Amino acid sequence: MDFRDTPDEAEFRASLRQWLADALPAGWADRTPAPGRWDEAFTREWTRKLYDAGYVGLTWPKEYGGGGAPHTYQGIYLEETARVGAPDHIGVIGLGMAGPTIIAWGSDEQKKRYLPPLLAGEEVWCQGFSEPGSGSDLAGARTRAELDGDEWVVNGQKVWSSYAHIADWCILVVRTDPSASKHAGLSYLLVDMHAPGVEVRPLRQITGDPEFNEVFFTDVRVPRDSMLGQPGEGWNVAMTTLLHERGTLGFALTAALERQVLNLVRLAREVGADDPVIRDRIAQEWIDLQALRFTNYRSLTALQKTGVPGPEGSVAKLHWSETNQRLTKLALSIEGLASQLDGEGAVWDGYWQYQQLRSRGNTIEAGTSEVLRNIIAERVVGLPRSR
Amino acid sequence: MDFAFSSEQEQLRASVRDYLRDRYGDERVVALAESDAGWDPATWKELADMGWLDDSLGLLELAVIAEESAFGLLPAPWFSTMALAWPLLDPQLRDAVSAGERSATLATQGSVTASGDTLTGTMTLVADLTSATDVVVVAGDGVYAVEATPDIVVPRSTMDRTRRLGELRLDATPARRLDVDASSALADVRRRSLALASCEAVGVAQRALDLAADYTKTREQFGRVIGTYQGVSHKVADIFVALQLGRSLAYWAAWAVSENDPQADLAVSAAKAAATEGAVLACEHAIQVHGGIGFTYEHILHRYYKRAQWLAAFEGDAREHRAATAAAILDGEGAAA
Repeated sequence: MDFRDTPDEAEFRASLRQWLADALPAGWADRTPAPGRWDEAFTREWTRKLYDAGYVGLTWPKEYGGGGAPHTYQGIYLEETARVGAPDHIGVIGLGMAGPTIIAWGSDEQKKRYLPPLLAGEEVWCQGFSEPGSGSDLAGARTRAELDGDEWVVNGQKVWSSYAHIADWCILVVRTDPSASKHAGLSYLLVDMHAPGVEVRPLRQITGDPEFNEVFFTDVRVPRDSMLGQPGEGWNVAMTTLLHERGTLGFALTAALERQVLNLVRLAREVGADDPVIRDRIAQEWIDLQALRFTNYRSLTALQKTGVPGPEGSVAKLHWSETNQRLTKLALSIEGLASQLDGEGAVWDGYWQYQQLRSRGNTIEAGTSEVLRNIIAERVVGLPRSR
Repeated sequence: MDFAFSSEQEQLRASVRDYLRDRYGDERVVALAESDAGWDPATWKELADMGWLDDSLGLLELAVIAEESAFGLLPAPWFSTMALAWPLLDPQLRDAVSAGERSATLATQGSVTASGDTLTGTMTLVADLTSATDVVVVAGDGVYAVEATPDIVVPRSTMDRTRRLGELRLDATPARRLDVDASSALADVRRRSLALASCEAVGVAQRALDLAADYTKTREQFGRVIGTYQGVSHKVADIFVALQLGRSLAYWAAWAVSENDPQADLAVSAAKAAATEGAVLACEHAIQVHGGIGFTYEHILHRYYKRAQWLAAFEGDAREHRAATAAAILDGEGAAA
């Protein structure tokens, strides 16, 4: 057991820290956090810098443009970027979901075609899993794909698709065999979002911002070989995507929570929170952050030793989402009645108001807390299935 | 970064677990808990023979034993000897402990005055006072060893009958001054005992999870196994979550103390607060999903629940440790995250 960096890791951390200091605008780390409005042009520019410096796809295979490094390097990357609040790469869905699934299931041709532009941020991906009639119940997906010559013809509707409004590609779960059983009738397509018949409509969320989208597919024609796995294997391919989403998300969640705890401490110091109850709750958030961090380390150690993330990994998203909700509400509580102002002139121009409202989605997106508790109870603890 | 016990440490864990499973089944634990003595003194030599009382044990090895001995609810003054008294013991006492001839506990609360080679006064809330052979008494800046003979020991009725508290009444009682720097040794005791109490809490929570899982997999109501009801299964999932979070922090704390890491004090406070609250929650949820049987004196669960509460109250409850944490992250120079 040793939590310290190896000499190589320490060197990587030091050079990354220096690179971030040079690459980010002056005073970036000390700026007051701004509300979550997203600056696409800045993010694209930042993505390019990250890519050129070799910090994208650190753990991916070298032959497809990755760094071939152990998972700890990705962890160090996320820790250091969280420390200074550096922006994300634009291809969040691509890096976290589409890419790993293509690596696991794609043909050599598909890997060569899709992975390099994904890493470079030249092609952005979105996810087409949820539908109006099937959210947690992915196997109930009804979007159809029918073979017509050498093309699949796709019709249906997806929802809650982040980045779809700027995406070039979509990982799409479709029903290719309506006569097969629920799970066996699914397939997994890679769909060009610029193809005729694809229509994206932004959905305004409770924050007032459009971050998610509805995506409509009307007679969209997709080449027959633009599929991961075989027809009917879509469920298994999708499980790879979700396993990856939930399995290696730990570092990203730790990084996000670390940033929020730092912000909370900053807020408390600014307004002088000396109320012992508030102090108690801030300490709890800090402890919850460490619990997430070290649970994630344990999961990663299991992954490195056995090739499979440990069962403790299933805890990370559940714990993070509920902690982040408590934390953001605590921030509003510290602000008092002023917490009801959310625009210019509000504390930090409404940063915490945005964060608090946004946090309500945390226990819904990427597996609701109810589904995650089912997974823990059934697949980890071994209780009988509830349905 | 490597967050795993070594294979030697895992072997130690397996041997501790095997020993307790073979020698300390629930029935025997209950019988001893209900006995006047509260334990079987013959056990002590067995623990010594297995090396659980050795000077060579590092904090990670102690962490493994603490977790497993709480999982088995071993009634013996092991925690008092190895987590509380050990850093204050001189070589003579340590050798006697390692040989299985002596055991020890620590008395820090109360008022005692020293006069020559004797002590007079009362010390309260001393763990395992009725089972340990010796007690280390902190009096002012002096540290003394006193033989815990029955004439100066008053047992106190304690919720956790496997770790009873006692009162020490000293009246010109012979004492031997120990040659240690009291303040630094007590700081060592504090860190070490907080880390090991956190590991004990993990053992308690693990047993609560196992009991809850076993029961909800087999108990049927309304024609179905109750583990299929989400009102039940989600409580079991929450036990698992609390267990894993507490475990991560407890192991971190043990490592930080063993390495004298700069974050050791923060780590032990975080671990103590989260792991002991987690153990209490684990037991409460386990009792709930057991229904009426979990509420009976006959069932083993209440004994774990009482240990969890003992641990939660030991050396500052969660609120006190969060207050210390808040002071470090809010009042120090630069935020610690």
